Amino acid sequence: MTISSSSPNALVQLENQVDPDPKTAPRRRVKRKTWQTIIWFVALLTITAVVLYPLVWLFVSTFKPNSEFGQNQGLIPNSPTLDNYAKVMEGIAGVPMGQFFWNSFVLAALSVVGTVISSALAAYAFARLQFKGLGVLFAAMIGTLLLPFHVVIIPQYILFNNLGLVDTFVPLLLPKFLATEAFFVFLLVQFIRQMPRDMDEAAKIDGAGHFRVFWSIILPLIRPALITCAIFSFIWAWNDFLGPLLYLTSPENYPLPIALRLYNDQTSSSDYGATVTASFVALLPILLFFIVFQRFLVDGVATQGLKG
Amino acid sequence: MRKQRPELVSRPGQRQRARKETAAGYAFLIPWLLGFFGLTLVPMAYSLYLSFTSYNIFSPPKWIGLDNYVRLFTADPNFMQSAQITLIYVLVGTPITLLAALGVAILLNYRDKGAAFFRSAFYAPSLIGGSVSVAIVWRAMFNTDGPVDSGLNLFGIDLGGWIGQPGLILPMMILLSVWQFGATMVIFLAGLKQVPRELYEAAEMDGANAWRRFRAVTIPLLSPVIFFNLLLGLIGAFQVFASAYIISNGTGGPAGMTNFITVYLYKTGFADGRMGYAAAIAWVLLVVVAIIAFILFRTQKSWVHYSGDNR
Repeated sequence: MTISSSSPNALVQLENQVDPDPKTAPRRRVKRKTWQTIIWFVALLTITAVVLYPLVWLFVSTFKPNSEFGQNQGLIPNSPTLDNYAKVMEGIAGVPMGQFFWNSFVLAALSVVGTVISSALAAYAFARLQFKGLGVLFAAMIGTLLLPFHVVIIPQYILFNNLGLVDTFVPLLLPKFLATEAFFVFLLVQFIRQMPRDMDEAAKIDGAGHFRVFWSIILPLIRPALITCAIFSFIWAWNDFLGPLLYLTSPENYPLPIALRLYNDQTSSSDYGATVTASFVALLPILLFFIVFQRFLVDGVATQGLKG
Repeated sequence: MRKQRPELVSRPGQRQRARKETAAGYAFLIPWLLGFFGLTLVPMAYSLYLSFTSYNIFSPPKWIGLDNYVRLFTADPNFMQSAQITLIYVLVGTPITLLAALGVAILLNYRDKGAAFFRSAFYAPSLIGGSVSVAIVWRAMFNTDGPVDSGLNLFGIDLGGWIGQPGLILPMMILLSVWQFGATMVIFLAGLKQVPRELYEAAEMDGANAWRRFRAVTIPLLSPVIFFNLLLGLIGAFQVFASAYIISNGTGGPAGMTNFITVYLYKTGFADGRMGYAAAIAWVLLVVVAIIAFILFRTQKSWVHYSGDNR
């Protein structure tokens, strides 16, 4: 990135104009613009440094031996080591780290499948079909967008407890297959509404049924929004803490956030290295996801907000 | 809702077509309907019922009328403190987050080159801010002898770690929420991009300075986005849980200063097994959120401007 990449062009443009005093006026303006750009850049770099510092600190701290915590608060470890990683890979409470990872992965991957399928079906109905009760049901869906989830956790827990499903993944996954996260339904509704109706009307005239229109026309059209939903549901499921905290009781079923709690509890100050390293390892897939898919994430949020 | 097109109304078979469309609509909605009724509406009704009972999961619920609610507001200092710190967290944290998001969005909107990089960098914390990993990092960073503490020591400020101190833990939690300004910022930025340049140029021609242009052009045109961000920000802030739970090791401490409503609800219902009482807490939360949403929607006429819409 070059700081003043736009100014040479501006200079040429300005000098091509017929100016009564070609020497001073345009140059001063260009200079001012360059300065503004530099200040702009420095301000944003400063904010970047502050915002990203915790993450950088987390990363470099994984290389610090335990003895350095509490003494060396600088970014660079005095005697870097990979011990923390070795310790974390062994796992905790008799469960290897790989198991926690696998649990998190299964939960997140199935959440994606459930969320995308159920939300897309609901969104198609809300956005494209005319039927009795549409208005009321759509309002109800928007209502759940604002509903604090905590109002239903106690009855849901009692329900799954009575069904003998506590300490299985079912209570965590079933809601995903039933489109309970209104955010995704809403996002897809907004997206489908933007799509021109010509193609599905043409298909209908050719005799295609609603499922055909949904499957062959709408789904391919809304692929970017589906990808956004998939990424968000993956990340949210990966980060989810309250759900697994409620429903999972045996350590071999724990996903990473709950496993991290074990580190945090057992080692209030003695094994900082392992705690911090486990936190970083748990965050790694999300950070990679973010780096690869950030365009979808950022655009998804932007569209969702604007049409609200 | 969309009106039927006139040429379709008169066509024969229209009613049959409408019936078919209704059947298709409900067929597509089956998963959502099951989730809405089975996992949201019926549980809501049941939790409302439970909130009037004493219930511990092992013996059947016992109807006690308004006792839970009366106790919450008259005889439960823990709840009063919990409500108080939650309100402070929401009412201080949300406006600061919004201001930070708007400020940075305006800064980013100044220039396109390089802005995409910053936009992404600032957005990252929003994705992970509620995760256990970040709570653990925050705990380590603000602990006694942590980086923040030692950093402040360099300036001769000795606060002695924020984690153990009742007066500092709430500001720290607010900082954690402000740190996640990125998602809000992205929405603001998208809104700013829609403001027509001509309006600024016209205002400049009329001699409006930068502040005036901000007040008279940016704010009104951005007001729907501000409304949206404010609504979602407030509601989201009420529901903070994982970070508070992890930072306090599940205790809500020190001195109950991280005992947010959701933490108190979890402890009451699932650690102490007082499900009826916890249900009452959940309903108080729901009512407060509903009141805030209602107030926002009622007042939006006076300050939210929807362009091209003369309702």
